[in-house]
Amino acid sequence: MSSAGALIGTLRASHARRGAALPDLHTPAAVSAPAATGALLQVRDLSLEYRTPQRVVRATHRVSFDVHEAERFVLLGPSGCGKSTLLKSVAGFVEPVQGQVTLAGRPVRGPGPDRIVVFQEFDQLPPWKTVRQNVMFPLLASRTLGRAQAERRAMHWLERVGLAAFADAHPHELSGGMKQRVAIARALAMQPRVLLMDEPFAALDALTRRKMQEELLALWEEVRFTLLFVTHSIEEALVVGHRVALLSPHPGRMRAEINAHDFGIASQGGEAFQAAAQRIHHLLFETAPS
Amino acid sequence: MTAATPPVRPEYERPLLPFVADAQARTLPWARRAWNQSWLRKGIILLALALVWEAAAHWQANDLLLPSFRATAQALVEGLASGDLVAKAAISLSVLLQGYVLGVGLAFALTSLAVSTQLGRDLLDTLTAMFNPLPAIALLPLALLWFGLGRASLVFVLVHSVLWPLALNTYAGFQAVPESLRMAGRNYGLTGVRYVLQILVPAALPAILSGLKIGWAFAWRTLIAAELVFGASSGKGGLGWYIFQNRNELYTDRVFAGLALVVLIGLAVESLGFATLERLTVRRWGQQR
Repeated sequence: MSSAGALIGTLRASHARRGAALPDLHTPAAVSAPAATGALLQVRDLSLEYRTPQRVVRATHRVSFDVHEAERFVLLGPSGCGKSTLLKSVAGFVEPVQGQVTLAGRPVRGPGPDRIVVFQEFDQLPPWKTVRQNVMFPLLASRTLGRAQAERRAMHWLERVGLAAFADAHPHELSGGMKQRVAIARALAMQPRVLLMDEPFAALDALTRRKMQEELLALWEEVRFTLLFVTHSIEEALVVGHRVALLSPHPGRMRAEINAHDFGIASQGGEAFQAAAQRIHHLLFETAPS
Repeated sequence: MTAATPPVRPEYERPLLPFVADAQARTLPWARRAWNQSWLRKGIILLALALVWEAAAHWQANDLLLPSFRATAQALVEGLASGDLVAKAAISLSVLLQGYVLGVGLAFALTSLAVSTQLGRDLLDTLTAMFNPLPAIALLPLALLWFGLGRASLVFVLVHSVLWPLALNTYAGFQAVPESLRMAGRNYGLTGVRYVLQILVPAALPAILSGLKIGWAFAWRTLIAAELVFGASSGKGGLGWYIFQNRNELYTDRVFAGLALVVLIGLAVESLGFATLERLTVRRWGQQR
């Protein structure tokens, strides 16, 4: 993200619209590095289990994928396929039983501020902090910045998501969409290596969800963060993602990885978009031999 | 019955004009506004109760059993003016505060242990199950045996009356903190004491405050009861002792004045102390309406 920052201007000037040339843009600093080894986030043979008092349930089985710098990578699957558990494992909340997650070459051990999560639930924002304090919170808690600097950066990001006027409001005074904007501002203010989003728009109404998708893409155009995004909506996956990974129903196994560079908000309803959605639908709901 | 078909009606579109229809804010009539003040409504209730009391005393016409509201108010004012009641209340409150602070401290230590380890959880569960139902006053004979006639015995029973309900409430509050808030805290690298203080305690504040309120009420009534049982230590008794002594001497109006002061102090702490604390925290944060 740091090296990409300087390049944004030229990138935006020469490629106003995302197109077929986009994959080349993603590795401007390491053009010589082959794609397979240049991944920022590597997930290898990851098997995850969760415990209930009675039994141990396998959530995902030997899942592998790569996420590159500045890529928007989407995990898509039916509910209960372990995609959220997968995201939590990348975040460091769930210990794998097999395989490992590496971020920039270092294995992930436990939660850390280099991977900030945006959750689906609105109660991820501490209600006792104002909007501004909420955005400052991770910067102070992780001792990344001092108070004054954190405040400046918080205001900068609140302006980016259009909530500067609400800096002194408490979360309970905001609508659902505004709360998610605060959570996104809070995450981006930390400048994490990877931004993890766990169905961040699932609890919003359809109109707000569409607006938030647009805003997220606009923010990406500006900042070029690396994104790992979990959703159960095929349309959202195609709109938000550069690359969409499909997980099979329980237990989650990798089914396919599909490119979605060509699709944006505007392509919804188009023929190619419909075809891709149909293809994914078919892959997801094809009955597995058991 | 014939199958009803809804009529197909013409569509329409209207240009959106700027909104000019004046929705002026109207002020409510003064009586309505006054009625919206909770202190006024509660004041009227108190006034009505005082009138009922006054009428009952007149009808009873026996000052020894039921002194009138006026006689009680007079005794209260006299007691406060002479400094007698003030001194007694000060003694009671200082003992109360000591026991309360100690109990709160112990409760936080116990619940912090309970959130961090399984054994701590089991310890809290077992201890609260054992001791919470045990009336503090029942421990007083034992406390007198151990600590003698004095402040230490009172503090002991006060700690007992505060500790368990507060620990139970605080722990329940910690348990109810939303999972995504916990994960957010850990995501930013908060662990141990910082995690408890920056995430768990503020998130559980509604439950903690209600525990503090329950603890305060338990402590206050335990203290007055304990003072009634063994009264003074080294010649200095509190409000309970004042009530007991005046009953022995058949100054029933002073008994009532003592009781009234107990109630008044309780009301003051509730409405000035806890209500202010709630308004500044959990209400402002939208955790409680």
